[in-house]
Amino acid sequence: MGVGIEVSELNAWYGSNHTLQNINLRIPANHATALIGPSGCGKSTFVRCLNRMHETNPVGRVTGSVLIGQLDIYTQASPVEIRRRVGMVFQRPNPFPTMSIYDNVASGLRLNGYRNRVVLDEVVQRSLEQAALWEEVKDDLKKKSGASLSGGQQQRLCIARALAVDPEVMLMDEPASALDPVSTAKIEDLIFQLKSQYTIVIVTHNMQQAARVAENTGFFLNGRLVEFDATHKIFTNPRDKRTEDYITGRFG
Amino acid sequence: MTRIRFHRQLDDLKERLLVMAGMAEQAIQRAVEAYRVRDLSLCDLVARSEASINSFEREIDQMALDLLAMEQPMAIDLRFILAVIKINADLERVGDQAVSISERVRDLHALPAVELPVDIPRMAALASSMVRRALQGFIEADAEVAQSVLAMDDSVDKLNDAAFFSLSAMIQEQPLYAPQALHALLIARNLERVGDHATNVAEDVIFWVRGADVRHHLSA
Repeated sequence: MGVGIEVSELNAWYGSNHTLQNINLRIPANHATALIGPSGCGKSTFVRCLNRMHETNPVGRVTGSVLIGQLDIYTQASPVEIRRRVGMVFQRPNPFPTMSIYDNVASGLRLNGYRNRVVLDEVVQRSLEQAALWEEVKDDLKKKSGASLSGGQQQRLCIARALAVDPEVMLMDEPASALDPVSTAKIEDLIFQLKSQYTIVIVTHNMQQAARVAENTGFFLNGRLVEFDATHKIFTNPRDKRTEDYITGRFG
Repeated sequence: MTRIRFHRQLDDLKERLLVMAGMAEQAIQRAVEAYRVRDLSLCDLVARSEASINSFEREIDQMALDLLAMEQPMAIDLRFILAVIKINADLERVGDQAVSISERVRDLHALPAVELPVDIPRMAALASSMVRRALQGFIEADAEVAQSVLAMDDSVDKLNDAAFFSLSAMIQEQPLYAPQALHALLIARNLERVGDHATNVAEDVIFWVRGADVRHHLSA
């Protein structure tokens, strides 16, 4: 099951650039939460702080706290442990190109020491089913490489790979921005289904997509969280003029 | 990401609606003037304007539909287009009320003239001022101005109630003039409906500007 995320006084820097400033936010469990805002507003940096990826940048620095469930990810767990509990899918699908479909999905489990064939088979099938890809690839699991799939299939393969390690939170950084409308619709359907089991945070530039898939939406601007509210409220009657100006295309 | 073309199209939509509003308002004025001076040529003008108002209604709906489909508006822009669609329907109905009044005027014209115990021009002035005020709120995106229209509706309703009682009494006391009294009663009813449409327009302006649903006496 998914868990809630509680962010308190989160600040992040790239060198001297203060990219996130005093972010306070509660993301409810088993909901999809969308983050919107213009390029460079800090939304991608924010999600990278939720699985300690920001600190992999040599000039990246973070202060404040992030609780995933009851766990303070910056003081109570290692980055490796956090990335198992918090999966991530990126804008461009990034399957391991030389690995088969099966090995792509099983890779996370193997890294975590799982070797039992029966267990691996079960998890690979379950993850591909959850990612709505099983029916399309079940006959070619070990014959075809991940890179041989279409863009939309590759992205679902990456989602299956992330699900295989049984995370509690799924971070998605513009997961459908490189996909055609049909593949995008599949990803959106998937998000809708997955949120019953996982907490999903999705960064998107597509506001209609945010409106379609997320119960809550946060608007970032210049490194600050300007507004966070129910999605229907944000897109019909936002409280802050800056949010309204952005979503109606009056700046950005 | 600034959407200059889209916002120009919203301005165009507003402009078209205001042209139509002007026609609907003029139709009511002509119909009431036709009643006051018993001039059937004004009734002809009202009948002719109906086709134009109906044509505007279709054009504005199509423009709004296209913008919804092509631009996927959000927030205040979405509320604006929804408000325009609803105001459009109300203005078309105002035009219909004008046609209905002008038809009553024709019927009255065919009957002997008689003093009727109802101040139709006063009712019309009040209903028209409601329409104008609601449209002023729309032009200026001013919810306060629109809000003031809601209070005016009671005055029109009271005049309509008074017309009902005085004309009912006339029908009982002077049955010979019952047809004239009935026509006047229906005209008063038409003007009361114009007030209702103006109230709807004002509520839609408040929804657009504030995002608040104040219909049916809800305070949001």
